[in-house]
Amino acid sequence: MITFDRVSKRYGEGHDALREVSVEIDRDELVFLTGHSGAGKSTLLRLIMLMDRPTRGRVLVDGRDLAGVGPRGIPRHRRDIGVVFQNHQLLFDRSVFDNVALPLVIAGFDHREIGRRVRAALGKVGLHERERAMPVTLSGGEQQRVGIARAVVGRPKILLADEPTGNLDPALSAEIMRLFEDFNRVGVTVLIASHDLVLVSRLHHRILTLREGRLVRGSAP
Amino acid sequence: MSSRREGASRSRTLLAHRLAGWLQHHRLSAADSLLKVLDNPFASVLTWLVIGIALALPVGLDQVMDNAGRLGASWDHPAQLSLFLREDIDGAQAQALAARVAGRADVEAASFLARDAALEEFSTLSGFADVLASMPQNPLPNLLLVTPAPGLEDAALLQALHADLAALDEVDEAVLDMAWLQRLRGLIDLGRRAALVLGAMLVLGVVLILGNTIRLSIESRREEIVVVKLVGGSNAFVRRPFLYTGLWYGSGGGLVAGLLVWGALWYLGEPVARLAALYGSSFELAGPGVMGVLNLVILGGLLGLAGAWLAVARHLSAIEPGAGRA
Ligand SMILES: Nc1ncnc2c1ncn2[C@@H]1O[C@H](COP(=O)(O)OP(=O)(O)OP(=O)(O)O)[C@@H](O)[C@H]1O
Ligand SMILES: [Mg+2]
Repeated sequence: MITFDRVSKRYGEGHDALREVSVEIDRDELVFLTGHSGAGKSTLLRLIMLMDRPTRGRVLVDGRDLAGVGPRGIPRHRRDIGVVFQNHQLLFDRSVFDNVALPLVIAGFDHREIGRRVRAALGKVGLHERERAMPVTLSGGEQQRVGIARAVVGRPKILLADEPTGNLDPALSAEIMRLFEDFNRVGVTVLIASHDLVLVSRLHHRILTLREGRLVRGSAP
Repeated sequence: MSSRREGASRSRTLLAHRLAGWLQHHRLSAADSLLKVLDNPFASVLTWLVIGIALALPVGLDQVMDNAGRLGASWDHPAQLSLFLREDIDGAQAQALAARVAGRADVEAASFLARDAALEEFSTLSGFADVLASMPQNPLPNLLLVTPAPGLEDAALLQALHADLAALDEVDEAVLDMAWLQRLRGLIDLGRRAALVLGAMLVLGVVLILGNTIRLSIESRREEIVVVKLVGGSNAFVRRPFLYTGLWYGSGGGLVAGLLVWGALWYLGEPVARLAALYGSSFELAGPGVMGVLNLVILGGLLGLAGAWLAVARHLSAIEPGAGRA
């Protein structure tokens, strides 16, 4: 589903965020991405959703070389990918409901369908009573879960998550991970960047480890 | 076979769904941006006034020129010829000449004003009675007042008639009194051109003002644009609310302009009518009318769209999620 073929990413003058990364992630997989701060985890995710382009090498998603996706194709490409961001990226002047509904509004669903799906997604992350709340009135963990609901509401083929449990207590973290496993079971390819080695190693999924931009573990399934 | 038909009908309902979703987003964007505009009444009213005044100036000037043109045209006999008769022509001869001239196809009427009658009228009207009475003889000549046939507004035809009448034996001098008309027409022409130049400059100004307003609103919603693009919003999707914002500002400004012009003409209408009555005319100032105001609203809306488009084309594509860090 996701293929990196000798991908390097160099920022500005000579700083290599990724070096010669090659990896293959299958459709039915849930994969963890770990590494020290600055190892290149976020960079790798950004390349998949075309927030950045590789300096060298090829990235393929669903068999398609992303080098061939031009500016006009980017929105379509992103609609197939749900993303949970390291810093939530919520809209603070809109309610929880409107935040989660955004991908559906963009995809052009009618409002009844939007209402149904948004409530289902909020129910999954345990926030069904907070749909009218504004994001600022939520705790960090609750905001994170709103971000997760928004990422899955459009039923994407791929789910990317950057530190999705960064603000959560262990119990909630474990629950969120179980949620990701649920999505994976219904056929969503899931890639999670996380520092939480304890949690990650308990879950028995493939682990990719980056060090200084190099993939040092987990390149083969 | 049937499965293919099924597929076709499914893709058709899918298309219908897309269309419905697209229309829905248009409605949402329109309503949302209107609410945002109304949410900030002070700034919005200021924008509307600026645009309204900028549009009202040239349109008002043009309206005044329109009225002046109507005034010129409504003058029943815009030109009149005065024939000063030779000294040795007496009243009877003058009457005969008047009848002859009045018989021409291009003349509506010719009336004889005897020199004595003219002197009397002049002395009562001018208040120079004493001066005139002390003169040894009447200084005024016999006069024939000729009114050209209606429809003889064309300057060339008038000139021809003038030449014909001047060539008559009995006529000492023929004066065609149309200089004022030409002056008025010249002024109206000048006024119209001024309105056009002013209009072009102010229209450009309105587009730039609106472009700048939209640019500020793009800047203030930068984060939101980034997020929308991150979850797959296309440029068209991101653009839509800003175009509607431009439309609301522009059409609101057009409405203000229409009301300003209408109000100004209403304010002038009364004194103009009184002045016209003094001249025995029933001339009335014409306002922009409902259609005129509507046209201004539409024009304002189009200018707003143009300004928004300018700002959006220039600034929106520069906001990409890649530039920052996720
Ligand atoms: N836009 C950018 N411009 C320049 N350098 C960048 C940019 N984005 C990332 N980097 C650099 O690339 C390297 C990898 O960054 P990245 O964000 O991928 O790390 P990370 O593994 O996600 O770290 P963390 O766990 O702290 O989030 C870092 O050294 C960072 O400074
Ligand atoms: Mg990171």
